[in-house]
Amino acid sequence: MHKAKLQNKIAIGSLYGISGLVVLILVALLGYILVSGLPQLSWHFLTAPAKAFLKGGGVGVQLFNSFYLLILAMLISFPIALGAAIYLYEYAKDNWVTSAVRTAIEILSSLPSVVVGLFGFLFFVVKLRLGFSILSGAFALTFFNLPLLTRSIEDSLRTVSENQREGGLALGLSRWETVNKIILPAAVPSILTGVILSAGRVFGEAAALIYTAGQSAPALNFADWNPFNISSPLNPMRPAETLAVHIWKINSEGIMPDAKAISSGSSAVLVIAILLFNFAARYLGKRLYKRLTSA
Amino acid sequence: MREEILTTQDLHLYYGNKEALKGINLNFKDKGITALIGPSGCGKSTYLRTLNRMNDLIPGVTITGTVQFKGQDLYAPSADTVEIRKEIGMVFQQPNPFPFSIYDNVIYGLRIAGEKDKEKLDAVVEKSLRQAAVWDEVKDHLHESALALSGGQQQRVCIARVLAVSPEIILMDEPTSALDPVSSSQIETTLLNLRQDYTIIIVTHNLQQASRIADRTAFFMNGELIEVDATKNIFMNPAKKQTEDYISGRFG
Repeated sequence: MHKAKLQNKIAIGSLYGISGLVVLILVALLGYILVSGLPQLSWHFLTAPAKAFLKGGGVGVQLFNSFYLLILAMLISFPIALGAAIYLYEYAKDNWVTSAVRTAIEILSSLPSVVVGLFGFLFFVVKLRLGFSILSGAFALTFFNLPLLTRSIEDSLRTVSENQREGGLALGLSRWETVNKIILPAAVPSILTGVILSAGRVFGEAAALIYTAGQSAPALNFADWNPFNISSPLNPMRPAETLAVHIWKINSEGIMPDAKAISSGSSAVLVIAILLFNFAARYLGKRLYKRLTSA
Repeated sequence: MREEILTTQDLHLYYGNKEALKGINLNFKDKGITALIGPSGCGKSTYLRTLNRMNDLIPGVTITGTVQFKGQDLYAPSADTVEIRKEIGMVFQQPNPFPFSIYDNVIYGLRIAGEKDKEKLDAVVEKSLRQAAVWDEVKDHLHESALALSGGQQQRVCIARVLAVSPEIILMDEPTSALDPVSSSQIETTLLNLRQDYTIIIVTHNLQQASRIADRTAFFMNGELIEVDATKNIFMNPAKKQTEDYISGRFG
């Protein structure tokens, strides 16, 4: 009896210890990045273009590129992931085809992102002649994001109780109407959370982009919104270094005098953006769920 | 003599190799309540679910024999499950309102069928909720989420949701077993109000419930229909020994 109690205490103690350690590591990392990075931030830093040799450059173009790539990648991957998840969870029968698709998704999701990047380089950049471009980057990110997003949407569909499906079908709705009008709306809060969280991962991705979207950020003319002009921010065929790639590049070959400061500042911006994604996901998911489930 | 609206002949159902229904012959007349009783695992819920083809959703199920609704074979290759389920509605053991407002829950079937006329929809909502005896409790918050209601209210909203698509037959799979006694008796009152206008087939574990509300009662055991008769006869004067044993609580 006493022995069991003692064991219990030791077990709880070590679990507390381990959880505490995880939190401590996170706080230390975030603290370091924010303390060294926050002093660098200014309106100028967030909006000015980068300078290759002189001090005083900003990350405006990189920041814009990160968001633009993120939006394009999501526009491509979300519909595909949604379709795949609906098929896998709502329609597919349990047979070898389904299990092959699932295995493929699992493997795709565990591919190292640098491999995805190199594949993207060979296929999109070289073979399809898209060059180092936003489009190549968006396709590579789609490869990176698709399996994660598909699984997260499938999990969201799983959270909708089976008796909702029965309720819909028993009411004389077709399977498609049931999925479309009952299951999907009920799963929206959870799907939205998944999408925002995966957006955070995509936003911070570097390895898959180095060889696809490229490592240069030509100056942009933010007054020119015609996507066919080379200096237009919307042109999908221009090379586009993102914030995460910028951090990697400055640290490996940055020759501007204030490289360290820019790297710290960029890291802080990146981390804050990803934190915002995470908080937004929680907040929106909870609010939507509340609105849907109680008055 | 009322016409027979739903008939089953020599109905067998197999889960893989296991025979769960062993040749059921049972017919239902238009209007009124029929209760299906019997020990757990006797096949009564399985039988109920063959009547609107909900068993189709379970992999590995084989069904032989015929089920006819107004002379139409429900298992004919040309039969449309969507149309069948509009005529033969179902209420489940767990109240399963959709995560929308009460109003939207009730008109969901109609709205998806393309009905847009606001006045007509309003009228259907009120009529269905009144029929389900829940109107007075929810009329002031029709546009609040149905999930905020109590279990008994949710179940009556689910009944209203079925009534709104005006089916001929309503199947009920232990609709009160997840509810407290007060809510259960409210549901029973609701059913008694509906028995003039609908054919109701209800599976129940509660024998008192069957005796209170059912016009006819069918007793199932081990995948077979043992006996079906007027409820009074089943409870007071059963023809079969097994029925008498079950009714008097000697097993099951």
